[in-house]
Amino acid sequence: MNFPSNLRYTKEHEWVSIEGNIATVGITDFAQRELGDIVYVDINTVGQSLGANEIFGSVEAVKTVSDLFLPVAGKVLEINEELNQAPELVNTDPYGNGWIIKLEVENVDDVAALLDAEAYTTLVS
Amino acid sequence: MLNTPFTNIHIGLGAKMAEFAGYNMPISYTGINDEHATVRNNVGVFDVSHMGEFILKGPDALELIQRVTSNDASKLTAGKAQYSCFPNNNNGIVDDLIVYCIEPNNQYMLVVNASNIQKDWDWVSAHNTNNVEMHNISAKTALLAIQGPNACKMMQPLTDVDILNLQYYTFAKGTFAGVDNVLISATGYTGSGGIEIYFEDKDGNAEKIWNKIFEVGGPQGMKPIGLGARDTLRLEMGYCLYGNDIDDTTNPIEAGLGWITKFTKDFVNAEAIKAIKAEGPKRKLVGFEMIDKGIPRHGYIIKDAGGNEIGVVTSGTQAPSLNKAVGLGYVATELSAIDSEIFIDVRGRLLKAKVAKAPFA
Repeated sequence: MNFPSNLRYTKEHEWVSIEGNIATVGITDFAQRELGDIVYVDINTVGQSLGANEIFGSVEAVKTVSDLFLPVAGKVLEINEELNQAPELVNTDPYGNGWIIKLEVENVDDVAALLDAEAYTTLVS
Repeated sequence: MLNTPFTNIHIGLGAKMAEFAGYNMPISYTGINDEHATVRNNVGVFDVSHMGEFILKGPDALELIQRVTSNDASKLTAGKAQYSCFPNNNNGIVDDLIVYCIEPNNQYMLVVNASNIQKDWDWVSAHNTNNVEMHNISAKTALLAIQGPNACKMMQPLTDVDILNLQYYTFAKGTFAGVDNVLISATGYTGSGGIEIYFEDKDGNAEKIWNKIFEVGGPQGMKPIGLGARDTLRLEMGYCLYGNDIDDTTNPIEAGLGWITKFTKDFVNAEAIKAIKAEGPKRKLVGFEMIDKGIPRHGYIIKDAGGNEIGVVTSGTQAPSLNKAVGLGYVATELSAIDSEIFIDVRGRLLKAKVAKAPFA
């Protein structure tokens, strides 16, 4: 499985990349494999400011549904509209075109405090 | 956790494995959507060796089966099979099963759900008052379901049994892939046609048959299929799954199993079930499809337009062949007609759905 070293990770199997104070959030390769074929990404928190670990949406796979937890406190800016037409991008390209939300991060230091690739690899192995 | 004769093959193929009914079973190989499409369009192979098989023998075998099952097994001639259920004494169902008639009046095989093997064995044994000879051959019996529109054509070269002309719900014994005494049955749980093969797991038979099947089928696009796609395939057809859609508390009439409940003979709890049928069930198991975007899951509450609880979802999924979400659930009889508007409480949101005929289209 692939866990790029330039990303940060959470115990809830999300990844975060940060540019300035804008974070891009998705689910990890491990998470998409566990869920199986994803058919629907459901997010209705755009515009909301939420705390870390609050639920910001859910991912529906054929067999199961899983909540999405905000990795760090911030405001949900936008969702990946492409996922409405092609939710399978989360399976096929979890770190690229399968990104899920953009987030305006409250405190960028929170991102640095998340797991690095090595720690996340240990968590899921 | 128990293994089937094929567990190590699944692991070797990189399947995602999980415990099901006490067995280490493959859930998926390449992904549910791909596996589902493989069965609908070509051929897929399921290891369902976890299922249970009982042999009932002797002059009173039919009499025992007639008493414990709801369908009329006296209609069966040699080589015919029948879907049936064991009613319990409390207006529920012990299990659903297939009765295979090997020799009329004298020898039958009952195929039951893996999760219910002990419960069913105890139930039938408790009713066996006339010393019918019973054998639980579950542990030594391997079972593969080879399903899909091209299954019979692809497998015909491996057997002397004329499977291309085997009628639905009939079976024959013969040689398959060089193994003798294989029971080949034109049954399945996918709605895509094909066969199921039962054979004894001895002398490496299981591996021999698996390898031979894929030697012939592999180059023609046959693939192994996991339990995940088995569930989506059966759900698109509206087939009941014991433990989800029917259980110890659901009666056969409300579950839509009136067609396998024959009051022309006597059986466990027949009088009470007859009364339910005469009065009309208060709720019915129906198919439904989502109108709003969302996926129904087992246990979600069904409501009416006014937000009143009217039932519960028993199975639900995104249907891979249909590109929509479908489910089965019990609803109040007043709202069970096709096209009735119902609402599914999907994690706190009321999403619109409509009652629809199964198989879903």
